[in-house]
Amino acid sequence: MMGLLSYLVFFSTVASILAIAVLGLNLQWGNAGLFNGGVAAFFGAGAYGALILGGTPQEVHLGGFGLPFGVALIGGMFAAGALAWIFGRLTLRLRHDYLAIATFGVAVTFENVMRNAQWLSGGAQGIRGFARPLQAELGAGLSYNALYLAMVAALLILTYLFLQHLSRSPFGRLIRAIREDEEAAQSLGKSPAKVRLTAFVTGSVIMGLAGGLYGGFYAFVSPQDVLPILTFQIWAMLIVGGAGNNRGAIAGAFLIWGAWTASGWALSKFAPVEAQLYAGSIQYILIGSVIVGMLLWRPQGLFPERLLVSHSGQNNRTYKPAGE
Amino acid sequence: MIQHMVDGVLVGSIYALGAIGLTMVMHMLRFANFTHAELLSVGAYIALVFDKLFTSLAPILATKIGPLSMTLALSLAMIVSMALTAASAVVIDRLVFRRIRQRGDMLSMVFASFGVALILRNVIGLIFGLGTTLYSKDIAFAVIISLDPLLMVRPDQIAVLGVALVLMLVLHLVLSRTIFGYALRAVAENASLAQVNGINLGRIVVAVWLIGGALAAAAGVFYGLTNQITPVIGRDLLMPVFAAAIVGGIGSVYGAAMGGFLVGLAANLALVILPSGYSPSVPFLIILVVLILRPNGMFGEARP
Repeated sequence: MMGLLSYLVFFSTVASILAIAVLGLNLQWGNAGLFNGGVAAFFGAGAYGALILGGTPQEVHLGGFGLPFGVALIGGMFAAGALAWIFGRLTLRLRHDYLAIATFGVAVTFENVMRNAQWLSGGAQGIRGFARPLQAELGAGLSYNALYLAMVAALLILTYLFLQHLSRSPFGRLIRAIREDEEAAQSLGKSPAKVRLTAFVTGSVIMGLAGGLYGGFYAFVSPQDVLPILTFQIWAMLIVGGAGNNRGAIAGAFLIWGAWTASGWALSKFAPVEAQLYAGSIQYILIGSVIVGMLLWRPQGLFPERLLVSHSGQNNRTYKPAGE
Repeated sequence: MIQHMVDGVLVGSIYALGAIGLTMVMHMLRFANFTHAELLSVGAYIALVFDKLFTSLAPILATKIGPLSMTLALSLAMIVSMALTAASAVVIDRLVFRRIRQRGDMLSMVFASFGVALILRNVIGLIFGLGTTLYSKDIAFAVIISLDPLLMVRPDQIAVLGVALVLMLVLHLVLSRTIFGYALRAVAENASLAQVNGINLGRIVVAVWLIGGALAAAAGVFYGLTNQITPVIGRDLLMPVFAAAIVGGIGSVYGAAMGGFLVGLAANLALVILPSGYSPSVPFLIILVVLILRPNGMFGEARP
């Protein structure tokens, strides 16, 4: 019974952390119509940033500033935001798919640099030597994990409230207005480039928060944590939840993370030993199928966005492909 | 240094073949197709299957062509693979992309292309195993071209460069000399106007996928021949091929060909200064430089 309970706590913590990242993506994709192909990099910037700032001194890599967790977390969010600002500036004024290619490239490069830059990130071994906040006072047991879950859940709710507030604010209306009809917004003196950059950076800062919480939870981060599959998982969560809907995004995170861990468990339990090597491939195919299947048969997600605009400009906002 | 440049040009021809197809699809259908690089691995594995098949049916085909490790069987297998990969590109479009395209949602196209790539790559891994294979187990010896500076080239690499250039020449002739080529370019310029003039858009889209798929298959076989065949060919070549298309300017076939060679050169030269562990990052650095200096590429034009 205790085993089940502590597993539930563990599962909910990771799912809530991922849900925060999905909320960040929802601001970018669901509200602003921006493609982020490098969620893993912004998540990773938060995780690495927080652990480098908050860790104990290490010989092999940078870090060990031993800052309080809250400060380290904010530092990680800042790192993610800075990364987003640099590449957003470069790509947001170009063809919309340049952002997709550039952000995907950011993630590939981020993982590659973290794996190789021993002095910065500990290389393939990752960053260790992080004391989890209040660990010394509370011990390592279930109560500590429950408390960490409470903190993560509180931050998830705060992020949710912030985004709900944002989407009802003039800025939220502006983001959607630009998504639906860029020229109309421009004619009212609004700057689409600036608004897009703000939305992109804000979403990435939220992903950085999720990354920092993730790093703090495991007290460890390595290049294995920022592989492209993380990006695909977070997309699948948003697509299943329904882009544009914050509550849907949270539900999607729990659903997909549940499906992912369940399929991993089932494969390790029931698949023959020779097939174990391929368990990862099968899970990847599942994620790919969820993405493609949802886009084909239920593009609005399980919990669709209630459109807050007077008319849907779906067909006007995207230029039609030349073919057909 | 010179060795790096020679290697860069040789691998550049592979990037160029991949980038030409990618740039055509991206220009015609207006979306970043992350599935394209997987067509290279599809092509490499289809050729592997038919190479084995032809060799066992007619062992005489297993004789090598001159100094190459390329056999007659593999050349035939490559042609079959180009046809089948081209067909699978059309099938993927029918099953997934066309249906999403008809809703007019471009962002979803990019997402879907990632999903399809993930499925293709891992299905290949499931079928053929996660390890690496080779078309021929024999070691292809490099020929020393000069001792000072030391310069070594494998005959396969020269052959690959030659065949790649021939394929590009054929494409150039088709695009510049045939009515079909004109139609293709007309659609890329202005789809509605082309349609007014009686060009069947659906057919042109199919043609673009066929060309892209066939060239991707050739590139995949060449990559397998000069390196090795793994299920992650697509993952490894994704960024170089995108970089080549962006360097050339999306939509420019000649730009993509040039871009392929440039990226090959730059990536190999970068290894002179950077530790080799960083090589996966180099294509992205090239993309960054282009985006800063010349956002629409060398030959590209600004498009919304």
